[in-house]
Amino acid sequence: MSRIRDDYEHSLWCRLVRWVNGETDPMKGKMEMEPLRESDLIGDSVYNPDRLDRKKVEQYLEDTEKNTEIRAFRVLYSMASVALCLLLIAVLLLAVSWLPVLGDPNGPNNNEVSARYVEKGMEESGAVNMVTNMILSYRGFDTFGETCVLFIAATCVIVLLRKNEEEIENARETDWKYEPKPDAILQKTTLVLVPIIFLYGFYIILNGHLSPGGGFSGGATIGAGLILYVTTFGFHKTQRFFGEKTYEIVKVGALSLYSVTMIYYFYTGANQIRSMIPLGTPGNILSSGMILPINIFVGLEVACTMYAFFALFRRGGM
Amino acid sequence: MSLVQNFPCFSIVICMAAGIFSTPLKGKQAKRMTLAVVTMVAMMSVLTLLYVMDAGGSFVYTMGRFPAPWGNEIRAGILETLLATIFSLVMLFSLLGGMDQVFRDIDETKVNLYFILVDLLLSSLLAIIYTNDLFTGYVFVEINTIAACGMIMIRRSGRSLIAATRYMVMSLIGSGLFLIGLAMLYDISGHLLMENVHEAVTHLVQTGEYGIPLLVIISFITVGLAIKSGLYPFHSWMPDAYGYSTISSSSILSALVSKSYIILLIKIFYRVIGFDNIVISKIVNVLFVFGLVGMVMGSVSAIMAKDIYKMIAYSSIAQIGYIYMGIGLATEEGMIAAVFHVLTHAITKSLLFLSAKGLTVASGRKRSFSALQGAAFRNPLAGAAFLVGSLSMVGTPMLAGFISKLLFAMAALGATSEKVLITLIVLAVSTILNAVYFLHTVVRIYTPVNVPEEYKYMRVHASPGTAAALFWLIFLNFFMGMMSQPITDLIRFGIEMFA
Amino acid sequence: MGPNLWMNVDEVAAVILFGIGFTTLLLHKNMIKKIIGLNIMDTAVYLFLAAMGYVDNRLAPIVEHGITDADLYINPIPSGLVLTGIVVSVSVTALMLALTIRLYRKYRSLDLDEILIRMQKEEQR
Repeated sequence: MSRIRDDYEHSLWCRLVRWVNGETDPMKGKMEMEPLRESDLIGDSVYNPDRLDRKKVEQYLEDTEKNTEIRAFRVLYSMASVALCLLLIAVLLLAVSWLPVLGDPNGPNNNEVSARYVEKGMEESGAVNMVTNMILSYRGFDTFGETCVLFIAATCVIVLLRKNEEEIENARETDWKYEPKPDAILQKTTLVLVPIIFLYGFYIILNGHLSPGGGFSGGATIGAGLILYVTTFGFHKTQRFFGEKTYEIVKVGALSLYSVTMIYYFYTGANQIRSMIPLGTPGNILSSGMILPINIFVGLEVACTMYAFFALFRRGGM
Repeated sequence: MSLVQNFPCFSIVICMAAGIFSTPLKGKQAKRMTLAVVTMVAMMSVLTLLYVMDAGGSFVYTMGRFPAPWGNEIRAGILETLLATIFSLVMLFSLLGGMDQVFRDIDETKVNLYFILVDLLLSSLLAIIYTNDLFTGYVFVEINTIAACGMIMIRRSGRSLIAATRYMVMSLIGSGLFLIGLAMLYDISGHLLMENVHEAVTHLVQTGEYGIPLLVIISFITVGLAIKSGLYPFHSWMPDAYGYSTISSSSILSALVSKSYIILLIKIFYRVIGFDNIVISKIVNVLFVFGLVGMVMGSVSAIMAKDIYKMIAYSSIAQIGYIYMGIGLATEEGMIAAVFHVLTHAITKSLLFLSAKGLTVASGRKRSFSALQGAAFRNPLAGAAFLVGSLSMVGTPMLAGFISKLLFAMAALGATSEKVLITLIVLAVSTILNAVYFLHTVVRIYTPVNVPEEYKYMRVHASPGTAAALFWLIFLNFFMGMMSQPITDLIRFGIEMFA
Repeated sequence: MGPNLWMNVDEVAAVILFGIGFTTLLLHKNMIKKIIGLNIMDTAVYLFLAAMGYVDNRLAPIVEHGITDADLYINPIPSGLVLTGIVVSVSVTALMLALTIRLYRKYRSLDLDEILIRMQKEEQR
């Protein structure tokens, strides 16, 4: 005698029969189906318990002050951070404690490489400053790459922050808020200071091969002078002598001359062709072959880039 | 010195100069210049490869008048030129295949900036491949990172900005570790040039001096580069970065950028520290474990992914796991398999990304799987390309992916006994998981049901550039699958030249 | 611990700073503090390099009075590396700040977690 089942609808046999008859989909709910549409969820006529719960859950999640789990997680997170920091420092300290003694003249890095830079550098490259000599002549490829890092960073900042014409039009109405007020003391001081800063910047660039300094530091000084000028007098006055066009011409000009110089240097150097650039007498301003022009190119590029960073951060255009 | 020997240097410098000259150009002009430069680089790389094969050995090119260890140097061997050839070809096809999207996704005034980023990215890739100097490597790694970040965020949607930020943070972490490792390495060896550092390190290992700092240096440099290339626990930035940037960027980033760090790591293993010392230091075992975990976890995440780009991105994580697993086997065979997989993954992943773009365009730019149903009928070429790419990733004979799986399996048999079984098991599991998500998608795009009326007769015809790119990438896949022996021999020869 | 810990006190300071900067960059949620961490980390590397390049009782490598004796001047390489490193770090800092500005304009927050939450909410809408 067979048992009468009241849950026949859910039995395996019934589902099989219905699947054979093609009445239902046996994989219902097991495979991805058409996603629920927004209209199914919205509307008061449809009773939807999920929706109410979700609101509660969201409230609970957003209430970060009272949520104990989030607080516990934060405490744990900061403790783990400190532990990681201490672990890293411990590993590094262990390494440092076995490194060669500082200031030891017989240390591994005072070898034939640095000796040649110091002893032969002046006659081979013509600069008195050995660091300039090393980075621009012996390891010129690294420095060219480094200049490209600055160039590409400037490009990325332009991508992120430069406004298109429409945005600049819109911004013009509110721009006066950020433009500096005419301030007599500030303006007079700036008028005195800016030429001195420029002069000093050019001095650093032109003496890069003779004394501490060079393109990067001199360029940054000039850039600081430009930034001082623009914060005092505003963009309209600055655009008279340094707008977007000037910026582009100076930057592209300097960089392309630099790259042409480097290509020439690499080609002649590797193929043992005599370089046409005279080295001059070490110690004079006009000496050291290609180091002086490269310092000038780098200086111009750095000055432009520093100013461009400021201008883009400040108003999204030059 | 023959003219061909100048080509590696020329190709690096020309790319940089092209980037600089693109600044004042309009978008279209910059595009033409970039395509010309990339083609030129590919041609020069092929010529250099032929020259090196003919000469039967590598050559060193001094960048400037001063020889090593005083000046900078680049070195071109078989492996370097082969990589440069494939990388520049993949770059060219990725650009061609995604060109219409570039002009669609990016603000008109900023298209030329995109090509500046591409130029400098290519120059940094080449410089990383060719460099013979550690610090040059660091500088160009930074260019690579910044250019890649720019290529992610140039689309200016909220997602891509966040993806770029996370990418940048992880990359800077990696750079920091790499740089401090480099500084310490310089401190104990006194050189920056790879060969001289190698000599110094060999001497140090023999005398037993500075053992602990050397171990710390090896682990810092390895971990730094592994973070940058997106090894498993450090992969969190990858899906968003690949999924939400313009398609050329996704293709270039996944196929080339993360690989370049792996190449640099292999170079450092062989040419700076010495592979025997690396094996002694056990760092390869760490890479091996994380590689295995990545192989499985990446595939599992790919199965769970709800949109096709994210699925391909997660699959990249699994493939990078394969590469690190190959390195971690600590045998020459494993290294050959890893390098071969670098090439395979470069050509296959770019093919998959480009064809996925074609499929989504044919589905009204929706990226969920339900929208993609039947997309292969609406865009037949992209469908076929996706099929080939998927089959290659799964490992079907005659395609490149099969050869790399075969090489991995053969390499596993030659490894130390405790690694054999686990490698084979994980390889099998990962292959099955690969098959699950790729074939599921293939079935999806070839299922012709219930297409909305408006799409029914819509057929997307690929532009000539896209069609050519897809065709050539499919061809490369078959070529590497069927002509694998010469390529494997080249890689073997190249790696032997490294040591 | 090795024998040279107290002799290398400058490098010890450098690596402690490196650890602090590294952890801040990796784990802090505030973008500006992340960038500060990045700068601390980079500066620590420069301190390390500069300390490494110093040799007792020697001069900066700028030739004076035409005397080119290698025993008189310090090694110029670490100084050059510091210079390169500074330029790289300036570039990266500018890029990170620009990204932060854009994120702030879009999501009105500097907290990376908060930004992620807001982005997800925006997409659900």
